[in-house]
Amino acid sequence: MSILVHEKTRLMVQGITGDFGARHARLSLDYGTQLVAGVTPGKGGQVFEHNGFKVPIFNTVAEAAKQTGATVSAIFVPPPFAADAILECFDADLDLAVAITEGIPVRDMVRAKRAMAGRRTRLIGPNCPGLVTPGRGDKSSGGCRIGIAPGYIHKRGNVGVVSRSGTLTYEAVWQLTCRGKGQSTCVGIGGDPVNGTSHLDVIKLFNDDPETDAIIMIGEIGGNAEVEAARWIKEHCKKPVAGFIAGATAPAGRRMGHAGAVIGGAEDTAAAKIKIFEECGISVAATPSDMADALLRIWKG
Amino acid sequence: MNIHEYQAKTLFEKFGVAVPKGAAVQTAKEFEGALAQLDGTHGYMVKSQIHAGGRGKGTFTNGFKGGVKFSATKEKALENAQAMLGNTLVTAQTGEAGRKVQTIYFTEAANLGKRADGRDDEYYLAILLDRATSCPVIVASTEGGMEIEHVAHHTPEKIFKVQVDPAVGLQAFQARQIAFSLGFTGEIFKQCVTLVTKLYQFYWDKDCAMVEVNPLLVTQEGKLLALDAKVSFDDNALFRHPDVVALRDLNEEDAKEIEASKFGLSYIALDGNIACLVNGAGLAMSTMDIIQHFGGSPANFLDVGGGATKDQVTAAFKIILGDANVKGIMVNIFGGIMDCNVIALGIVEAVKETGLKLPLVVRLEGNNVEAGKATLAASGLTIVSGDSMADAAQKIVKLVNNN
Repeated sequence: MSILVHEKTRLMVQGITGDFGARHARLSLDYGTQLVAGVTPGKGGQVFEHNGFKVPIFNTVAEAAKQTGATVSAIFVPPPFAADAILECFDADLDLAVAITEGIPVRDMVRAKRAMAGRRTRLIGPNCPGLVTPGRGDKSSGGCRIGIAPGYIHKRGNVGVVSRSGTLTYEAVWQLTCRGKGQSTCVGIGGDPVNGTSHLDVIKLFNDDPETDAIIMIGEIGGNAEVEAARWIKEHCKKPVAGFIAGATAPAGRRMGHAGAVIGGAEDTAAAKIKIFEECGISVAATPSDMADALLRIWKG
Repeated sequence: MNIHEYQAKTLFEKFGVAVPKGAAVQTAKEFEGALAQLDGTHGYMVKSQIHAGGRGKGTFTNGFKGGVKFSATKEKALENAQAMLGNTLVTAQTGEAGRKVQTIYFTEAANLGKRADGRDDEYYLAILLDRATSCPVIVASTEGGMEIEHVAHHTPEKIFKVQVDPAVGLQAFQARQIAFSLGFTGEIFKQCVTLVTKLYQFYWDKDCAMVEVNPLLVTQEGKLLALDAKVSFDDNALFRHPDVVALRDLNEEDAKEIEASKFGLSYIALDGNIACLVNGAGLAMSTMDIIQHFGGSPANFLDVGGGATKDQVTAAFKIILGDANVKGIMVNIFGGIMDCNVIALGIVEAVKETGLKLPLVVRLEGNNVEAGKATLAASGLTIVSGDSMADAAQKIVKLVNNN
């Protein structure tokens, strides 16, 4: 298996008629992902066409789910309307809502996260690259690509990858693929201070997934999510874990691109997190070029 | 986005949060008029307005000590204001360069109460996001007037927190919990419940990132006042608060960072000499890290974002080259959303347009990478190619150190 999504997962895209959503809807279709519906309020009844694919567009998430059996949504809706799009997924009882949108107000996310409590829908993101379960075809095609990651860098295999950052995830994935090591699922949880799924949530899923044999966890300065995950790994994780923390050179008090990447106190620093990673038995990569090798030092695959 | 103390207090007043009466002015000829509006029975406070803490203990580059001064008389207030306005204040938070004081804020000095043990009757109050719970949290302490980090470290039992459920908002019992935790009774207790309630409404309605009142104080006349105010707003929410955007003071921001934001670039200046241009915040941070790991020193954080255009890349180069310390450039692109050839075309154009003479190492990977590499190779420019992040970092560090 894999975690969260697999080759047969049926996907919808909210915001499929916008430039950003349309571009990545096409890339997902080309990758072989089961993209079965689009949602744009007011454009229900239209069809999104690409390379012979005809994806029906619906006015609401509930209607798209009902008509096509889609259980997961990728959200490419602009920031002012994105929290509303997320809440619509909760209301439709989807399995998973993946919010790619960057720049959603914190207050909107605080409310959305509160509304998620007690609902069956899991949220990933926002401000995230999405997730990929690689396929078994040429250049990993035939897999489930949700979001904005380049598909071809992946390879089907047994390493789980979790990260806040998109490009650092690609970096780790590409290093693994170049060394012949494939991935079970790669999850980008996003760089915002309030997100739906934490490092620890994903680590627990990897720990329970029979197809995942080893894990790479990538974090950064700000907050204590990485530390929380590391402490859990020390006590409960049965699988080898390698880690990397970005931001060793970041000045305190400045937001480094990601809204959540800011050093507020002593425990937010890269050095503090790396120390805790080491104490918890995680193989730490000295540089971002060393992420796959850090894993291979403790896991032979 | 940050605002000045006087702007924060104007907003506080609008929301019904009690503050000492004050007036802010930008020119010396307005000093007397501002002071005439105030009651100087207990003296005046003269406060330099800059976006940095530690003003009271700061020193001006002309030698004048203190960016916040108590002044017993109107004459003394005028004298202090003259010494501050137009001069550069250096505090623990400004860096060596300091900040030029362009606004003076006069307030009525409060008749500060004393506690039984003789200490000033000062408290601490803040509202911010608790990342661990994704809920707003109100932080209160009986130890006002000092740094809260210091209190948290040495006397954590003197910090009291109330978490607010965003589904229902701040409840009356929670405002009472705060007031009880600060030891208030009677009239001050009632004032505290009101102040906390209004302050929370301000925090929530205006999409604040943080609201801090330090100190909150009790006067001898029995009034609870927010003596200082530090407010920052969530940048992502500014689109729905044009009134807040109007408070932005560009004098307080780095010119290169303002220029970058016009092009949708995220740029932060650092002290080193190797500039970097990267896509993605995580990768941009770790590019800085890897430059340092191999013995170099990063000159900036620069994230060109997911959908960078040729114009953005050219703008990014110009911003980087505006920093005289820069002795070399490392471009690190892993194209997830972005087309590597777009970056390559942007690099070629930028190098030609700026007449770049400095060493440039480019590492490209991702969507359409072959076309991007071909564009660079066919350009006839001296661009060094890096095979990996580590390779590129080592090459640029070597080139810069050899020059």
